[in-house]
Amino acid sequence: MSELRLMKGNEALAEATIRAGADAYFGYPITPQSEIIEYLMTERPEHRTGMVVLQAESEVAAINMVYGAASTGKRAMTSSSSPGISLKLEGVSYLAGAELPAVIVNVSRGGPGLGTIQPSQADYFQSVKGGGHGDYQLYVLAPASVQEMADFVSDAFDIAFKYRAPVLILSDGLIGQMMEKVVLKDQKERMPDEEIIEKYGDWATTGKKDRERNIITSLDLQPEKMEARVHRLQKKYEQMEKEDLRYEKIQCDDAEYLFVAYGSSARIAQKAVQLGREKGIKVGLLRPITLFPFPKQQLFELADQVKGILSVELSAGQMVEDVRLAVNDKVKVEHFGRTGGIIHTPEEIIEALELKIIKNGSN
Amino acid sequence: MTEEIIIAGFGGQGVLSMGKILAYSGIMQDEEVSWMPSYGPEMRGGTANVTVILSDERISSPYLKLYDTAIILNQQSMDKFEKTVKPGGVLIYDPNGILAHPTRTDIDIYQIDGNRLATEMGNKKVFNMIVLGGFLKIKPIVKLENVIEGLKKSLPERYHHLIPLNEKAITKGMDNIFSYKVEDQLVDH
Repeated sequence: MSELRLMKGNEALAEATIRAGADAYFGYPITPQSEIIEYLMTERPEHRTGMVVLQAESEVAAINMVYGAASTGKRAMTSSSSPGISLKLEGVSYLAGAELPAVIVNVSRGGPGLGTIQPSQADYFQSVKGGGHGDYQLYVLAPASVQEMADFVSDAFDIAFKYRAPVLILSDGLIGQMMEKVVLKDQKERMPDEEIIEKYGDWATTGKKDRERNIITSLDLQPEKMEARVHRLQKKYEQMEKEDLRYEKIQCDDAEYLFVAYGSSARIAQKAVQLGREKGIKVGLLRPITLFPFPKQQLFELADQVKGILSVELSAGQMVEDVRLAVNDKVKVEHFGRTGGIIHTPEEIIEALELKIIKNGSN
Repeated sequence: MTEEIIIAGFGGQGVLSMGKILAYSGIMQDEEVSWMPSYGPEMRGGTANVTVILSDERISSPYLKLYDTAIILNQQSMDKFEKTVKPGGVLIYDPNGILAHPTRTDIDIYQIDGNRLATEMGNKKVFNMIVLGGFLKIKPIVKLENVIEGLKKSLPERYHHLIPLNEKAITKGMDNIFSYKVEDQLVDH
């Protein structure tokens, strides 16, 4: 039976992790995501499902614990906020290289450096353009509500295991800290080894018994073998683009102008759509739900319909580069966003649309 | 119906929990709700605020520039939020410790002497419920019975014996909120 609650985004994600049948969470506190580990520690899921919750000695330790748990075919998660995610990136690259399924959560804050603990979306590049080293991509989910903070956990584990690849949930301080209604799904059983093998193949280090040994590593000193591995990874990313792209179109049908925004900015931009339409500006919103894969084709097509596009994110302008690549100069694309922990208001977004796109002449 | 509210005051006045109870009350009558707090250094600096939205439609932005109602509980918050009330909107404030009273004539302003009333009730902690009562008198967006249900949901069970006291505080607030006319103040000078 599902259950209705009023929860913070961070708490909803934590509860959903237990209910998704996760085997382990390893983390280290940092604002604005500390409620995740606090909630899990208070909830004691080891008594509910047997799930392990451990506060590691550092972010680096936590991501490597995830590597260890994932190597045995277990569903493991870690979470942090921007500076902590930077620390984890070596481990993330290793997870991608070793083809391990895992879920990483970033409840991002303003940077660079220690920055601020207030909300920001300045980790777009870090999330979709590598971050760590090597030819890898993360499948990136960007929740825009407390409900999605909960729902995306089991989606993330499913994708991670489908592709044997790390998945990132990129949230921010606003979605993490706010409370909304959330419908929690029923408790899923944790999967025993046999079921994991049956569903996802016999690749994990589950104990050798009657088979060849499985080796989990990201190291291949033979160039041909390493290149084959890189090609295998790229095939996965192509398949993700074909099969698992997610986006939402809001009032795009008759739109003459378009906002592109994800996560918290998409919520604020949606209000700006309403304000704009009250002023007689026909504006719509394309919300990428996955940042990789990115809704390139949808943008390319919308560019034939609209007179201009404003990319809105709490950053100095990162996603706007991907919007421009997708639109390929068909229409004018500009960026708007506040930084440093300041959240733009719907009014500011409309003003930016008028100033940067409408008045400035679109093509 | 959509009601966009900012509640702002000192940390410790129960600003965040007042917002939480209001949000829970909304859920009890099937509304969509959002509760967006200030957090971190703002709170450590002594001020706290929370944006609460109740609506019968899906809520878009949880973060706003203008509000239907501002509930203001200290001078810093008055300085910051008086100007954020939509024309025709409502400003409710506790005059305790307020030196610069509101001056806008395009909104409805109400005073509630929450601090004094709480002292009268012998429990400073019910201050926020008194103010909530005052708000609900002016804007009856949630029914009292749903506030009580909301209280049951948001309070741990060991505090449930305090619910009758909170109910009394809400009623007290409802009976003790008064219109404040900026024009009248100007005449006095």
